[in-house]
Amino acid sequence: MFRTLVIGCLACLMVATRAWPAGTVQVPVLYIKQQVERPPVLSNLDDIPADEGLAGARLAVKDSNTTGRFTGQQFSLRELAFEAAADPGEIIGQLQAAEEHFVILDLPAATLEALLRADPGGKRLLFNVAAPDDRFRTELCRNDLLHTLPSRAMLADALSQYLVKKRWTRWLLIEGSLAGDKLFADAIRRSAAKFGAKIVGHKVWDGARDARRTAQAEVPRLTQGVEYDVLIVADEWGDFGEYLMYRTWEPRPVAGTQGLFATAWYRTIEQWGASQLQARFGKAAGRPMGARDYAAWAALRSISEAAIRGGSAEPAMIGAYIQSPEFELAAYKGRKLSYRPWSGQLRQPIALSAARSLVTQSPQEGFLHRESELDTLGFDRPEIQCKRS
Amino acid sequence: MLFRHWVIALFWLAAGTVSSAQAATAYVSNEKDNTVTLIDTERMEVTGTIEVGQRPRGIILSHDMKTLYICASDDDTVQIYDIEQQKFVGELPSGADPEQFALHPDNRYLYISNEDDNLVTVVDVEKRDVVAQIDVGVEPEGMAVSPDGRWAVNTSETTNMVHWIDAKTFELVDNTLVDQRPRHVEFEPDSKTLWASSEIGGTVSIIDTDSKLVRHKINFSIKGIHPDRVQPVGIKLGADGRYAYVALGPANHVAVVDRKSYEVVKYILVGRRVWHMAFTPGDRYLMTTNGVSGDVTVIDLAELKAIKSIKVGRYPWGITVRP
Repeated sequence: MFRTLVIGCLACLMVATRAWPAGTVQVPVLYIKQQVERPPVLSNLDDIPADEGLAGARLAVKDSNTTGRFTGQQFSLRELAFEAAADPGEIIGQLQAAEEHFVILDLPAATLEALLRADPGGKRLLFNVAAPDDRFRTELCRNDLLHTLPSRAMLADALSQYLVKKRWTRWLLIEGSLAGDKLFADAIRRSAAKFGAKIVGHKVWDGARDARRTAQAEVPRLTQGVEYDVLIVADEWGDFGEYLMYRTWEPRPVAGTQGLFATAWYRTIEQWGASQLQARFGKAAGRPMGARDYAAWAALRSISEAAIRGGSAEPAMIGAYIQSPEFELAAYKGRKLSYRPWSGQLRQPIALSAARSLVTQSPQEGFLHRESELDTLGFDRPEIQCKRS
Repeated sequence: MLFRHWVIALFWLAAGTVSSAQAATAYVSNEKDNTVTLIDTERMEVTGTIEVGQRPRGIILSHDMKTLYICASDDDTVQIYDIEQQKFVGELPSGADPEQFALHPDNRYLYISNEDDNLVTVVDVEKRDVVAQIDVGVEPEGMAVSPDGRWAVNTSETTNMVHWIDAKTFELVDNTLVDQRPRHVEFEPDSKTLWASSEIGGTVSIIDTDSKLVRHKINFSIKGIHPDRVQPVGIKLGADGRYAYVALGPANHVAVVDRKSYEVVKYILVGRRVWHMAFTPGDRYLMTTNGVSGDVTVIDLAELKAIKSIKVGRYPWGITVRP
């Protein structure tokens, strides 16, 4: 009772948010989101939030403006939303007509690719927060494109390092039939070769079965007759992956897109001040923060950090500062984050989590790199085909 | 080696004969145990445990050494513990999620950082009432009041600034941008210089109080430890003016810094994820809280060597010593 009274009284003391001082400069950011058609999946316990990604950018605007009050810089977000069926041409048109210099792209890979091919670029800085496809980092890279979402190669490498460290190096790979599943499985193959693990068997889940009803009979047969340490599943939409656990012929752990999974952000992350970001996000969005929310948050915070640090709201200055060696972002991962000059990818530690507990964070100790251990995750400079200056 | 043991044994013996009535006590807040551990700093042994509120972090003594203040972060309160009576005598309206705080030299105004609300709350500890709330940056953390009583400073972890609050008017008058994730601030005794640690930036900024500008930046480098793991948090300044001690978090070392040249003269290995520190009377020992290993390391300051570690509760965070 006493506590309630005290808090009530504190509330009446709360100072109203200070007005923006004269001479405040504006830093407007455009957020383009296209909804994605989710294929029918068997494991459908969790809805995909409609504001996925957006909620992260909104929180970052709020965080940035708290600081902006002191530096005379105001950050704002204009949101453009498109249906899954929208014509990419319309989205490209809106981008080209926009006045904002900073654009966060929350688009399916196909739309992003169409946009990159149609837009000559140059005057804007684009942030990809939704497409994990490595080809945007290795083939379609360009100076005005940055990625805050980790690529599939980064996720696979994060997982591989841990499994190799545990000496669980014989993998049975089961992949789904969707395009993303194949790309994830490719990333796993590449990563196995990179870190010395072996794919001892490979199966495709063809989708004809209803795993909820028949998994008990199907999975043992699918996993029988192979000597392996870990079952690796490639099922990005969560169709059948959840049903592999506890049903394998031999008692083996499941990792990949389900079981032990690699992610940029998940609700089990709490170290390095992360619980503060989790709490702030939870309060604002009414749900836990996910990897895309985090990617959008990091994109907007990169812009504001560069504006505040560089002491300028000039778009060219902000863009140059973000990509300079001076740029560093504290983003609740225990290390400063920065962008790889060769691909525009935000280098960052990757969490390995189970549904309700964090298992570890990669890069794992002992995986060395001549510049930054974070660059042991994903494509390194010599492996890139496209050119950024 | 043998000789050292013998000397230490002698010391304990001597300490034992003079002590008990005047033995100093260290109070350690255990973030994930909701307790405070008491350590006798003569015998360097745990002598008791106090049950406190949820997620205790900041812990300080009143200047008259009669009262212990504890930030119970998850209870949104500051608890008041009377040392003579050995009991809690009340709470202070701290605002939400208090983390660190600092007491004005007048022993009356307590400046508290409210991590979740981007505020600094000033509480009159006599009236147990809120006097002012000041808007600061995102995730306020470190707090210090200058020994001359003029300035209260706060660091905000995500805004990356040191905020200067006039202790007379409670107005925010200036901000100093420092490196990523500033955690802790400490004034030199003459109030002219402020030390500020940046955890993710990996640096300590030396700030001039008059100009509020960063005058010097200290970098750290420990052989065999990746620079990203060198994360300065707690800072302590010795009374003799010679050295500053900087706790380097997951680098598991305390740096000894010369306060004239700002050169690091030594790195001392301590427990895992070292957070904060406190001196024993006469600056004989420095005690560090090590969050991950759950212990306190005792550093002999004459030799600049760790001599003992003492097991405490889960996730020890803050520490203060009552002579």
